Amino acid sequence: MNRGTIRSYFIGDAQADRVVPPSGFTARLTLFAAGAMAFLAVFALALSLAAGRLADRWASELARSATLRITAPADQMAAQTEVALTILRQTPGVARARALSPQEQAGLLAPWFGPGLDLATLPVPQLIEVTEDETGYDAAGLRLRLAAEVPGAVLDDHTRWRRPLVEAATSLRRIGWISIALIGGTMAAMISLAAHAALAANAQVIEVLRLVGARDVYIASAFVRRFTIRALIGAVLGTGLGMGGVLLLPAASDEGGFLTGLGFQGLGWLWPLLIPILGALVAFAATWAAARSRLKELT
Amino acid sequence: MIELDNVGYSYGGGALLSNVSVTLAPGSFHFLTGPSGAGKTTLLKLCYGALEPTSGRVKAFESDMRGFDRDQMAMLRRRIGVVHQDCRFLDHLPVADNIALPLVVSGRDMLREAENLRELIAWVGLSERADALPPELSGGERQRAALARAVILSPDVILADEPTGNVDWEMSMRLLQLLVELNRMGKTVLIASHDLGLIRAAKSQVQARVLRISNRRLQLAGADL
Repeated sequence: MNRGTIRSYFIGDAQADRVVPPSGFTARLTLFAAGAMAFLAVFALALSLAAGRLADRWASELARSATLRITAPADQMAAQTEVALTILRQTPGVARARALSPQEQAGLLAPWFGPGLDLATLPVPQLIEVTEDETGYDAAGLRLRLAAEVPGAVLDDHTRWRRPLVEAATSLRRIGWISIALIGGTMAAMISLAAHAALAANAQVIEVLRLVGARDVYIASAFVRRFTIRALIGAVLGTGLGMGGVLLLPAASDEGGFLTGLGFQGLGWLWPLLIPILGALVAFAATWAAARSRLKELT
Repeated sequence: MIELDNVGYSYGGGALLSNVSVTLAPGSFHFLTGPSGAGKTTLLKLCYGALEPTSGRVKAFESDMRGFDRDQMAMLRRRIGVVHQDCRFLDHLPVADNIALPLVVSGRDMLREAENLRELIAWVGLSERADALPPELSGGERQRAALARAVILSPDVILADEPTGNVDWEMSMRLLQLLVELNRMGKTVLIASHDLGLIRAAKSQVQARVLRISNRRLQLAGADL
């Protein structure tokens, strides 16, 4: 198909459009189906993109941090912490090691014990935040050295709970993309059905057109143009509503955790704009296939 | 123009036509007659490719129709004007648009053809009814509109299936007049009709041959008509 014909589909030919009688019912159904599917696709896309961001963030941020926990009698705590910090600063691959202040530790415990907790009354271990540099450190070697010099220290490099989280985010992203594929397939199926119905309802018209010498391309394009334009309009409306809905979701925040990160960021807002175009392409292909198979049955 | 060579057509129930051979020469005028159900419409459909013969072959404009793909068949329909028994219009478009339909589907420039269209509508006497919808037309008006639509692309061959089936004698004569005029302009005409009066009337105006279907065969009828 050359560019001229593709262009003529959209510019259309007023005469050709009148040849097929206007059909209110299938028109509204196609419009609605395309709109609803585009709306859902926007959310599936937002979910995929947000899950992708989450997986990347968890994978990179958590991978480069670890926690050293020191449990010791109160009088030895300060000394052991000092030794541990010295060891950590000497370890190649550790960019930064910092003991958390009592206020920070209280902040971490606040969700469980409520605010106003006096840590001095509790035997709370001292936490040291360890940040890796690009090369990373040898965790096994560090553990051996700590075991010898700071008996109360436990190194937690977060892999234990990081991995399932990253896996969860990755599969969430996968589910998002599968949903988009299913939405596209469902839209193709609905538009095929609507196109078949329209073609069947206009069997007489098609027969007359064949008898007066219309080529298949001419007849098919009269239907294809209609359905493509309807699907495009429906998908534009659905995408607009969907994007509005995403815009109204609460922005990403620390309090809300990962659930509030759902949405588009920066250039990500350009992605949903592809949905109407893809929707129109799906409608184009579905109607074309339906018209082709239907016309073959006629002489 | 159109050549049937030993053509046979049978459907589920049995043979309808067999060993039919006929040539429609350029500028000839033929009547096709025979009792109802004898296969007049079938024979016409074989001539414009709406049906494929079960045996023998049909040639149109020197080429075998069997080898035609769907686009070639569409092109053939533009060179053969057909007036169908039941006319078959697009009921949502006015008469003028229905008559212009072959122009539209073949991508002609409608502005350039507007004058031709107006003249043709006047020729068939439908100028007053050009904006009416097909279901509002009388039988005779429908037949004349169908004839106008059949000839608008200036085809070489005109096939008409019972063009006077639903109209009174006066209107039959008017339609016949139009077909005779077309023949005088050099068009090949084939009319299927069981109306012997019409055939007699035509014979006084034009050199018409009469083909008769009987017992599944096509015969050239003698001077008895």
